[in-house]
Amino acid sequence: MNLKISALEYIQEIKTGNISVEDFVAKTIEQIQNVDGKLHAFLSVNEEAIDQARGIDKKIKSGGKVGSCFGMPISIKDNICIKNSKTTCASKMLENFIAPYDATVIKKLKQQDAIFVGKVNMDEFAMGLSTEFSAFGPSKNPWDTDYVPGGSSGGSAVSVSAFECVASLGSDTGGSVRNPASFCSTVGYKPTYGLISRYGLISYANSIEQIGPLTRTVKDSAFMLNMISGIDPNDNTTVDNKNEDYLSGIESGIEGKRIGIIKEMIGDGIDPAVLSATKDAISKLESLGAVCEEISLDMVKYSVAAYYTITATEAGSNLARYDNLRYGYDFPLEGYEFNSYISKARRNFGPEVTRRMIIGGFVPSAGHAGKYFLKALKVKSKLIKEINEAFKKFDFLVSPTVPILPFKIGEKIDDPISLFLVDINTVTANLTGKPAISIPFANSNGLPIGIQLMADSMNDKSLLQAAYALEQTVSLPEVPI
Amino acid sequence: MTMIGLEIHCQLTNLNSKLFCSCKANYREFEINENICPVCMGLPGSLPRLNQEAVKKATLIAMALNCTTPEKIAFFRKNYFYPDSPKNFQITQLNIYGDTSVGGAGSIMIGDKKIRITRIQLEEDPGRLIYEGSSSKNQITLVDYNRAGTPLVEIVTEPDFETPKEVRDFLNILSDILANLGVADPSLEGAMRADANVSIEGGKKVEIKNIGSFHDLEKAVHFEITRQESLHSRDIVIVQETRHWDDRRKITVSSRSKEEDLDYRYFLEGDIPWIRIDPEIRKKLQAEMPESINSKKERYVSKYNITSQVADVLSSDKYYSNLFEDAHTESNAKEVANIITTELMGLVDTREKREASKFTSVHLRELADAIQSGKVSRNSSKNALHEILKSGKDLSAVIAELDLGNVSDESELSGIVALVISEEPQAVEQAKSNPQTINYLAGKVMQKTKGKADPALTLDILKKQIGV
Repeated sequence: MNLKISALEYIQEIKTGNISVEDFVAKTIEQIQNVDGKLHAFLSVNEEAIDQARGIDKKIKSGGKVGSCFGMPISIKDNICIKNSKTTCASKMLENFIAPYDATVIKKLKQQDAIFVGKVNMDEFAMGLSTEFSAFGPSKNPWDTDYVPGGSSGGSAVSVSAFECVASLGSDTGGSVRNPASFCSTVGYKPTYGLISRYGLISYANSIEQIGPLTRTVKDSAFMLNMISGIDPNDNTTVDNKNEDYLSGIESGIEGKRIGIIKEMIGDGIDPAVLSATKDAISKLESLGAVCEEISLDMVKYSVAAYYTITATEAGSNLARYDNLRYGYDFPLEGYEFNSYISKARRNFGPEVTRRMIIGGFVPSAGHAGKYFLKALKVKSKLIKEINEAFKKFDFLVSPTVPILPFKIGEKIDDPISLFLVDINTVTANLTGKPAISIPFANSNGLPIGIQLMADSMNDKSLLQAAYALEQTVSLPEVPI
Repeated sequence: MTMIGLEIHCQLTNLNSKLFCSCKANYREFEINENICPVCMGLPGSLPRLNQEAVKKATLIAMALNCTTPEKIAFFRKNYFYPDSPKNFQITQLNIYGDTSVGGAGSIMIGDKKIRITRIQLEEDPGRLIYEGSSSKNQITLVDYNRAGTPLVEIVTEPDFETPKEVRDFLNILSDILANLGVADPSLEGAMRADANVSIEGGKKVEIKNIGSFHDLEKAVHFEITRQESLHSRDIVIVQETRHWDDRRKITVSSRSKEEDLDYRYFLEGDIPWIRIDPEIRKKLQAEMPESINSKKERYVSKYNITSQVADVLSSDKYYSNLFEDAHTESNAKEVANIITTELMGLVDTREKREASKFTSVHLRELADAIQSGKVSRNSSKNALHEILKSGKDLSAVIAELDLGNVSDESELSGIVALVISEEPQAVEQAKSNPQTINYLAGKVMQKTKGKADPALTLDILKKQIGV
């Protein structure tokens, strides 16, 4: 049984009857049992996965109507609600929280007969980019287990790259899908804001984040987008994509397309290996018929500061509900009055969440909003203006996904500012609502490098076409697990 | 000069669902914590889903109170920790970053006085706290979230009131207007609540919260003015603060909480995109807007010659004015108004009685017609009304059952008149010189017929038999 097949290959194998869902899912569970001890991608594994697989096999055999996922084993970041399953956000605060409802993306995937093999690790409440801030311990990079897998959707990237599932759903607030995709050599897709319903995604910074797929191939990401995108009455911020088929025409190529190279993303602080990979990617794009040219986005240098100010503000509000009164962890009320109880209960947040909550209480406060929060909003709107101008001239913007290579576990954990700066290339897509994708492109001494392409809002389809074209130029070593 | 301003909260009780989910806006009929869902409980991952109908109703209120209505509205988060608020923030509206609330500056007239409205905002009601335990030592607080997320309209006035009476008059008029618009039933418990801020010449503004009823609001404002004047006369500084109304002792008490120092960290609610209030929607709302109380009143006076006091009472209550509208004809309007204001109002003065009564506008029309045609006397009509309220039977059935029909048979009435004449020789003599005495004799006839004699016919026969 080959677990390394892509989602589209999996569907083909099932359809032709070469493999059964049960066999594949059982083998996947076995893989989790074999490798997850050292990788720690999973926070919980679905005990019923094999039974569900058997059910889908039965449907297939009896000629019943089978959903487009054909029992495909998918892992889900632990901030997306699956009914009657633990959804912890990798936090002690939600250690015992069992979601009483399905997120919209989960509902859609269930209707298409996907199987959720388990919930995967992340930085607590998606705050971080190394998965080291999980309250349940870090995940390890399958390419070298001394290294971080990136984050915050680290468990998603690890599980895809180590064949513990065929595809995964993560969430991307400032690069949280693309960063671990880049570090683990998978595809990671952050769609246009509003393309995928956030209903059931536990909010961190709701005005800029999106659920996104992590997959083995660009085509698989397009397939996942077909499954989960579209307008949702439960999320007022969703946009109508008219049931767009992101797979059709994906091989159209990029002949004649104009691509901007963002100067600010290949400057100071970039790792030489990442820079040379980026230059290589640009020449590949040119050889495919695209016209590449440098462009300067002035606001990018303020984007990380603006990003952390805005996200801390929203997080401070979004995470206020975790007062442990209605759900949470075991901590009796007796002996406390309201204020002392919640301040004590909220000490169960980990260090990174606490840090951002403190910032989030400060930057939008009456005396300081003008200096911080409102200024950050100004940067955001200027950045949007700038990038909209850029997209008048260019079809796509290119940059490395992350300016550095994966780093060692523990290496940066005591230096939050240097960690924040790793987000420099990814936050722009979130602040501006644009779609962006990370494509596995190179490997430097066994550590993966991803290339990021960005497009204008609602141009997700053409972005996937460009990513597919670039992907075809790449040949990478196999993950050493 | 005394300055009083109000913040009125009114639930949009006539809506089907809450502001951001499909739980019922009418939470009152539920067992504790049964009218809840992941959204109004603010469960992790849930998102608000704006009730568009609530936006329309709130806009309708803004238009009825002569407020400006912006082209686009937005929602903001007001961040504070409190156990009745499941998300620990409230989704509300704000005008500090431009006019983005459903309503801007407006006004209402109370008599000749104009009360300016500062703004109107749409927001969610929190849950309800229930305190249990006999002493503060063993007191526990329970929370019922059935109310959480109920659509609430906050109406903020300028400090234009000078007396507690103006406050009461304003609230009565406002609650009539809201009921007339069909957006709320202000008589429901907790549907309409108000906070007041009071300041006197030379003093700081004091906010009074936690006032249970409009009746108490007037008392609280009165108390607060007296308290402040007494401080002022003794040269004690009146500090800016929030005070709570102590319902038991009927006084205001300084709230030691640092509520006034709270920083709500307002910012835009990203989960609800800006909402365009199309000119088309406004036009449609304008067209659907029910006739205002003032215009109704004027119409009743000018068209039906109803006195202005009666018209006032009739037009300001939606239940009675609806009854009037449905029951009256060109010819019986005055009689219908008369029955409502002199009889019916005393009989169905509470919401429960209204709901229990089986009285309809058809009953009312028939009753008015019967009085006008002399089929029943005004006296007997009261008995008929009582019976109809109880049983809901047809008027004709009630008249027959209780034998309330007028004696209008001339020969029968002639016999009774003859009897009265023989019994009252003195009065008959007087009647010949003083026509007023006829009425005394007519009264005697009425007594003998238990009020059922047709009055006009009785007079005719009396005059004929006495020869005047």
